[in-house]
Parts: sequence; structure tokens; C-alpha cells
Amino acid sequence: MHKLYENLGKIIPLGEMTLQRANLAFITLDRRYLRSALHHLRDVEGYSHLVLLTAVDWLEEDVFQLTYLLSNRTADMDVGLRVMLPRENASMDSIHDIWPTAATYQRELREMFGIDFPGSPRVNEEFILEGWQEIPPYRRDFDTKKYSEENFAHREGRVTKDPASHMKELLYPDRGQ
Amino acid sequence: MKEELEKRVVKGPDGFEFTVEPLQDYYCAEAPRAHLPVYSKIVEGLFNWARAESIWILGFGTGCGAIEMRPLMTPRFDAYRFGIQWRPTPRQANLLMISGYLSTKTLKRAIRAYEQMQSPKYVVGLGSCTINGGMYWDSYNTIKKLDDYMPVDLFIAGCMPRPEALLAGFNDLKKIIKADKAEGANKYAENFDWYKANQKSVIKDWDMPDYNW
Amino acid sequence: MTFEWMKIPYSLLTLFIVLNYGLLMTAIIAKIGARAGRRIGIPFYQNYIDLLKNYALRSKITHGYMFYLGPVFRLTGGIGLLLFVPTIYGSEMFSNLSFSGDLILALYFIFFGTLGMALGAGESGSPHSAIGISRGLSQVTMAELPLTLAVFAIALQYQTLSVTEIVAAQQGGILHWTLFTNPLAVVAAMLAFLGSMMRPPFDVVIAPQEIPIGPPTEYHSAYLALMQTNRVIFPVAKIVIYMNLFFGGASSWGEFAIKVFLLYLFSAFVGVAFPRFRVEQSIRFFMIWAVPIGILSILLV
Repeated sequence: MHKLYENLGKIIPLGEMTLQRANLAFITLDRRYLRSALHHLRDVEGYSHLVLLTAVDWLEEDVFQLTYLLSNRTADMDVGLRVMLPRENASMDSIHDIWPTAATYQRELREMFGIDFPGSPRVNEEFILEGWQEIPPYRRDFDTKKYSEENFAHREGRVTKDPASHMKELLYPDRGQ
Repeated sequence: MKEELEKRVVKGPDGFEFTVEPLQDYYCAEAPRAHLPVYSKIVEGLFNWARAESIWILGFGTGCGAIEMRPLMTPRFDAYRFGIQWRPTPRQANLLMISGYLSTKTLKRAIRAYEQMQSPKYVVGLGSCTINGGMYWDSYNTIKKLDDYMPVDLFIAGCMPRPEALLAGFNDLKKIIKADKAEGANKYAENFDWYKANQKSVIKDWDMPDYNW
Repeated sequence: MTFEWMKIPYSLLTLFIVLNYGLLMTAIIAKIGARAGRRIGIPFYQNYIDLLKNYALRSKITHGYMFYLGPVFRLTGGIGLLLFVPTIYGSEMFSNLSFSGDLILALYFIFFGTLGMALGAGESGSPHSAIGISRGLSQVTMAELPLTLAVFAIALQYQTLSVTEIVAAQQGGILHWTLFTNPLAVVAAMLAFLGSMMRPPFDVVIAPQEIPIGPPTEYHSAYLALMQTNRVIFPVAKIVIYMNLFFGGASSWGEFAIKVFLLYLFSAFVGVAFPRFRVEQSIRFFMIWAVPIGILSILLV
């Protein structure tokens, strides 16, 4: 892993690396160097599999973090590239020409987080939600409980019980505490 | 709304231009009517017995409960000996099983399938999510109370109920049908406006006719 | 010529017996298939309940006048096929309305139902029906060809076009059956039989896992009930023809019951053992194997 960090560091300036396991590391990058990093990892180092492209909403620091998780199947190593984007009008370069499957991930991020990927095929089409008019729902400032209570009819009489104590009362009512 | 459903001006092959509004022109705009039992009590009793002994389920697994319906086709639980069959088309099915959580996207398709079924038809809600939202009670995307949107004859509680529970549920449904109490289709037709208002309040992009004949 | 009016109630009696026999036999064969798969299977009276339920549905949607043609033509084909060939040889009561040219009429009626189905299902407007019809018609056309060739061979061999006389020529012991006097024609005809029974390997037209049920997609309630009624009459009528032409006919209801059951079971056996062919594969199968055998059987007569 450190060897990979060194090799990659020779080409582009890198941020810090977090080593989670011997074969899983997360490296923080600036967004300008992402595509060259992806090309290097895929073509030279053998990380041929894009496992996922997901986003984390750091509401307190006002950034979105995009995580590109790549996997080298022959060597059984995973590396995640982190890119920080400002939350306002977030947009990022599309990587659908490097991995065509990234188009689907980018569509999901566009709909659920509001991160735009200009040029990605069909990125503005409705994907999971239909007729959605609020802010993108995966953002942490979207209150899903409030939305659900306002828009859907709920059945009254909902009671939550702890399963262990409930079954104990049911089956063994005479035993003590 | 999809592009082909918008109101637009079409130029025919002979140069004649005409406006077409697909949702009005291509679909029937009538409201459903209730089909009440017309025969004598004994004949209707015989018919209800036949309907109960030969339940045809629409093969539409709307949620995670569909995985509990599949073991019923296998030798271990064998629902065929109760007269239950799965049919691939809503025209031939009598029973719609809403199996599990129902997102608003699936609700639109389930309504379309339900309205294409022929009367008398039944709906069974499988799992806690149809009863009070289950574990998705605070989700922005699923409905919490199924019988606001469709007339339900039976709920089977559980998350997910095991196949034995489903068989017991089918037994209860048969008793309900044989007791002449399963008139969900007529209830839907009589309270059509209320159901439609509920459906339209959660389905924001309504691009179907009001009743899908 | 005189027409004996007594024939009509007797024909209706034959129809009634065949209908009940078909309903019970299909359920029993389904039950045998289920038991082979270690299930209990449907009750043997399930077909009656399904028919009653479908006739008793309270609403129906029609797509136009041609939509009725599907079930009506199918049922006409099935009943016509049954009523124009003798069911029980040698019995005045149960030889229906057969006459001396009824072999050609039988060939016509076998295809009649499919044609009506195509018209009706096309009117229903569902794309699944359209795909099913195009597959079904092409497959049925190819599957009927070996049967036609075998029938020509038989007609040449026995020098007659009347089914009654063909059955008469096969009496007198098992070795007089066409099965042994003209085996090539029987092989061609049995392959055609498999092709038209709507079971694997030739059931891509109507398989629920392929396209939602194919041509009968839009049919429901009373329409479907009529088609289901035909679905029990038509195979039995077809097997009656096969029995009369190739397997010696039946001279009593007991022999009828056994022979029809065994022939239907033959198609069920093949059905449970084989996966499905695609349409072009089944057309190729009939062209390469069944048609040359049929042609050979004509040449060798």
C-alpha cells in the first residue's frame, strides 16, 4: 500500500492516506488529479474494477466527499480515492468514458445528492424517484421523518416494544425481574 | 410527463393537421361501477365457493415479500393443492398480493394492475409495511397505510411472514370469500373519488388515465 | 339422402362424455406430473372449479367484435373436430356425424382454432399477443406439415378418405394397426402430435416464463373459460383422430379411455423431460426430421 502511495505520489500531488487494513486504503485527492489517478491505477497498477462511486455529506464542513473505490482483483487490494467538493452547486467530471458503469452511479448521485456530472449519459433522467419536488433526499438537511409525517397517512396505535422484555412477559409472567 | 403523452399537434400522412391529447383520446374516461351480486343467495354461495377454491394470484412481486411467495410453488409448501395458481397477466388474475413495502413508484404500477383486473377481485397486504409502514415508517418514499389506496381484504402480519403463515392467510381469505364478505372491488367503485384523491396525493407525476380499464 | 335426427342427441352425449373425460384426465395427468415432482398436486376436480369461477366473473372487457373470434373459433374447431369423426368404432350411437370425406375435414378443423385465435388475439392489441401469434402460427404451420404428409400416406395406403373405413381396415389384432403396417407415417404423425400439444419442447408460444402467456394475454372471464373448455376438448378430439388413424380405433369406451390416456401421457412424458426450443429451432427440427420421414412414408406406400 505504501508502495502504491509512493508510485502515485510521483505523478500527482496527493493528500493523506488512511490505511484501514493491510489491503484497504483511502487516499484524498484534489479533483483536478482524479482522472490521471484513475488512469494510472487502472492501466499501470492493475486496479481494473470500479467497485462503487458514492458520496458522503459532511454537513458541518459544508463539503461533499466523493469516494471512488477501486479493486485489484488479482492482488486482492482495494483503494478508495476521496475527492472533496463544495456543497453549493456541486459538480464533478464524469468518468463514464473510463468505466461505462460509472454512468449509473453518477445518475444516482445526481438524483439523490444533487451532484451534477455534466456529460454523463442520461444523468438528468429520473432514476429512483418519480415526480420528486423537494431537495435531493440523501442530503443530511432533508428531514425524512418530517416529510413522511406530512405527506403520508399514518395508522394510529403504533407501539414499539422491546422484543426480549415483551416475550418474557408473555411466556414467563410470574418470574421476577 | 412523458413526451408521447403530452397534448400535441400531429400532421397526418395526407397533410391534415389535428391535435391529439393521448390521455383523453386513447383511453376510456369512464369511472368504474360496482358489480353487485345479482343471482340468488344459493347460486352466489356456489360461485363464491368456486372463487375461493380457485384463487389466481397475479405474478407481480411488489416488494420483498415476493420471496415468501416463491416457496409456495415448491414441493415443500405446495399451494397448488389449494387451488392457487399464479397468472402472469392481470386480466386473468383475481388476487393481488401487495408483498411488503410499497414505494410510490410501485404504487402507480400496482394501481394500474389492480384496475385492469376483473371483478370480483381481492387484495391481500403481506407484511407489516402494508399495515403501518413497518420498518420504513419514516421513509420519504413508501406508503404507510395500504387501505387508503386500495381496498384490502386481508392483512398478514410479519416481517416477512413465513410460507406457513401465508398458507394460513390464504385459508382465512377463503373463509372471508365464502362468507360473501370479500366485495373489495365494489367498495373501490363506490368510494372511487376518495381512493383516487388519496392516490394522487402521493403519486406526484400522474400520467395515467383516472381508471385504467 | 336422409338425415337421422337421432344422431344429434347422441353426438351431444359424446361431447358431454368427452368433456368430462377431458376435464378429469388433464387434472389427473397434472397430478401425475406433480407426484413425479414430489408434490401433492391439484385436486382432480380442480378444472371444474376453474371453469365455474371463470364463467362466474362479473365483468369483462371486450376489444371489439373480432376479439370474440378467438374463443369462438377455437371452441368451434374443437367441437367440430370431435363431432365429425367416429369416436367409438362399430357403434351406431357414438359415431357422431362422420361421413366419407371426414379425413380432410378433420385436417381442416385442426388448424381452424389457431387461425381464429390469431385473429382474436391480434385484435386485443397487446404486444405480447402479437409476438405469441407470430411465433405460434409459424410453429403450428410447420408442425402440421408432417401430419398432412402422414395422412396422405394413409389415404394412399388404405385407398379411402373415410375414417370409419380406415378403422375397419385395422381391426383383427394388434399387428393390423397402422403402427405396424406403415411405421414411418406414424413416426411423422407422432412428431407432429408433439408439436401441437403445447408442451415442452414446443411450448414457447404459450409459456408463462417466456412472454406473459402469449396469445391469451388479454383474454379473461367468459372468453378464457371458453378457451379452457376448448383446451380439454380439442386434445381429446385430436387424440381420437390419431387413435382412429394409427392405433386401431376404439370399439368400446373402456378402450377409448385407455388409449386416449396413454397417448396424452406420451406427450406429457416428453414434456417433462425436455426443455424448450426456440421457434426457429423447432421449425428447423420439423423440417429436417419430420417432413422427410413423412415424404418417405408416402413414397414407400
